[in-house]
Amino acid sequence: MDDYYTTDRKMSTMQDTKIAASGVQVYYADNHAIKDVNVDIGDKTVTAFIGPSGCGKSTFLRCLNRMNDTIDICRVEGDIKIDGEDIYDKKVDPVQLRAKVGMVFQKPNPFPKSIYDNVAYGPKIHGLASSKADLDNIVEKALRRGAIWDEVKDRLHAPGTGLSGGQQQRLCIARAVATEPEVLLMDEPCSALDPIATAQVEELIDELRQNYAVVIVTHSMQQAARVSQKTAFFHLGNLVEYDDTDTIFTNPKDPRTESYISGRIG
Amino acid sequence: MTDATVTPPMRAKGKSLMADDARTQKRNAAERRFKAYGIIAILVGLSFLVFLATSILRNGIPAFTQTVVQVEFTLTQEEFDAAEGTLLKTSAYTDVFVSKLTEQVSAQGLDVEVDGKAVERLLGKVGGDLREFYKENPDQIGQPAQFQLAAASRVERYLQGKLTRDMVVDGRFLEKTDLDIVDALVDAGIITSAFDWNFITGTDTGVDNPGGAGIGASVIGSFFMMLVVLFLSLPIGVAASIYLEEFAPKNRFTDLIEVNISNLAAVPSIVFGILGLAVFIQFAHLPQSAPLVGGLVLTLMTLPTIVISTRASLKAVPPSIRDAALGVGASKMQSVFHHVLPLAMPGILTGTIIGLAQALGETAPLLLIGMVGFVAREYPDGLASGLLDPNSAMPAQIYTWAARSDEAFFEKAWGGIIVLLLFLMTMNIIAIILRRRFERRW
Ligand SMILES: Nc1ncnc2c1ncn2[C@@H]1O[C@H](COP(=O)(O)OP(=O)(O)OP(=O)(O)O)[C@@H](O)[C@H]1O
Ligand SMILES: [Mg+2]
Repeated sequence: MDDYYTTDRKMSTMQDTKIAASGVQVYYADNHAIKDVNVDIGDKTVTAFIGPSGCGKSTFLRCLNRMNDTIDICRVEGDIKIDGEDIYDKKVDPVQLRAKVGMVFQKPNPFPKSIYDNVAYGPKIHGLASSKADLDNIVEKALRRGAIWDEVKDRLHAPGTGLSGGQQQRLCIARAVATEPEVLLMDEPCSALDPIATAQVEELIDELRQNYAVVIVTHSMQQAARVSQKTAFFHLGNLVEYDDTDTIFTNPKDPRTESYISGRIG
Repeated sequence: MTDATVTPPMRAKGKSLMADDARTQKRNAAERRFKAYGIIAILVGLSFLVFLATSILRNGIPAFTQTVVQVEFTLTQEEFDAAEGTLLKTSAYTDVFVSKLTEQVSAQGLDVEVDGKAVERLLGKVGGDLREFYKENPDQIGQPAQFQLAAASRVERYLQGKLTRDMVVDGRFLEKTDLDIVDALVDAGIITSAFDWNFITGTDTGVDNPGGAGIGASVIGSFFMMLVVLFLSLPIGVAASIYLEEFAPKNRFTDLIEVNISNLAAVPSIVFGILGLAVFIQFAHLPQSAPLVGGLVLTLMTLPTIVISTRASLKAVPPSIRDAALGVGASKMQSVFHHVLPLAMPGILTGTIIGLAQALGETAPLLLIGMVGFVAREYPDGLASGLLDPNSAMPAQIYTWAARSDEAFFEKAWGGIIVLLLFLMTMNIIAIILRRRFERRW
């Protein structure tokens, strides 16, 4: 297990809790997809969700910005608080919530518009830019943070869907950070990226940690070990183990966690 | 699928790729057969189309031409004064015309006897027309002037071969000697055919004057109806579909609405006509035969088409686009209007234009609310009169002509069909252009 251990990673001093979930149950019609999950996600921390395919990582992630509201058959129970406020409260407008909790989806989904418009859309609808020059700045900054600026700076008005899969995913990351969210949810953001782009995105995640809470779903244990301070292991809808990343990878308490990270279940 | 579950028989190893084995040959033969069926189907369809197009053109083209007598002559001041000095002025003008005509025919070396009576049988009251012309334009006296006079419909049919010499009973309408005159005039190049503008711009006439009937007024009627249909069915249909597709909860009630909309699309149009008669005319007391009522009825008919095609094109927009918009904090409405609707636009426009084209060709409901052909007697003079004054529409006009006993109206009906098809083709071309313009292939 030693190869997962990275000494140069800045150890997080455990920050305040940003998201507190307790007793979360999610049903897709009769399918009980998330079973009684309790988890506290810290501010200025990268939290990784790992687990075998179909265990409910994406489902749980989507609860955190209420994207599950768009699925008719999906029912969420329990209690999720961001900064102490219940996000499933009747008074909460999910639109406002999603401006605060940004998301990068599992499959890259750029708008069928130009690269520039893809990134500028969020700031525009939230009124973040006061002028065209301002907007240009925001777009450039976001594209730089998405580690894609150099590749697209000469064709900002070319269609975003004309990029390669990995470029599209980085464009989506740029789009998500452009609205300056407080929490960034990333569902396998690097699954389509080559090692260089992956390293750039990981650098970005580390940088985002200075200001935001980042939650990342990943199938790469190395990635979880590299970028996260806390790791949650999901299995069949249960949160099996949640602890400091070092502890999970070096000294897991649950035998299921151990067999997963050593490659025996998956 | 099933092959995968049973254990496959051992494949012979080391077989050459150059020769097809029995299974491959069978599959290839099946594919070739299927392609052949497809090509045959297309050929059959095309041949029907060609047959239809040629028969429409062959029957309809004559409606656009008119047999005319074209003469050019100069009326001198003396002749004018002499004619004005007589008691029966118009017949004096007829005599002048006859002498000029005879002059021109004999100048070509042809020899026929033309008299005033024959001219009236062939061309109608020529003298009156001439006198009117010179009274209104006295400066034309002494100048060479071109006259184009429409020939009687029987002359036209004689030239088309539909009326033979044996069918002419002396003393009624035409005499056998008149046909000699016609032959001579044709030889002299005086009887020719010209484009009949009156067919495009004219209005319907009584049953006794097929030559003067035109489709213009009913084109205007159709136009006003389409205006009503477009302005009602597009916003209502699109708004309803967006609500149903994007906002409405999916429950029994919305399912019921969905099923009923599909059912509405299959309701025969005459049912909408009865409904329009009962609701708009008898209950709401809107005027009969008004394009407004026609437009309302056709709106009812077009709505389901628009709703169905709009919903289909909204459904075809990938859900990931909606997720993307919601994910950056757009509201539901922003996600629909900024991202989903633009992508669905080509489909919506195509559906709308197909719906409009259907409505443009619809006849039965219009007949029920009184928009029959013979009410298309005059042009409307403005928007209100266009919507409320009695008028007909192209297909109803065609139907009325086709139902008349005089065979000459038949030709008008075919001609009307050509005009209607031209409009439909134009609409389809517009649909294609709009589709191209809005479609983003990225
Ligand atoms: N839209 C949906 N409708 C119905 N069931 C769903 C839906 N999305 C997910 N599920 C079910 O919920 C369970 C968890 O799915 P989820 O997508 O959260 O898995 P995951 O951990 O993200 O897997 P992966 O690593 O493959 O992305 C699965 O059993 C899946 O079938
Ligand atoms: Mg997933």
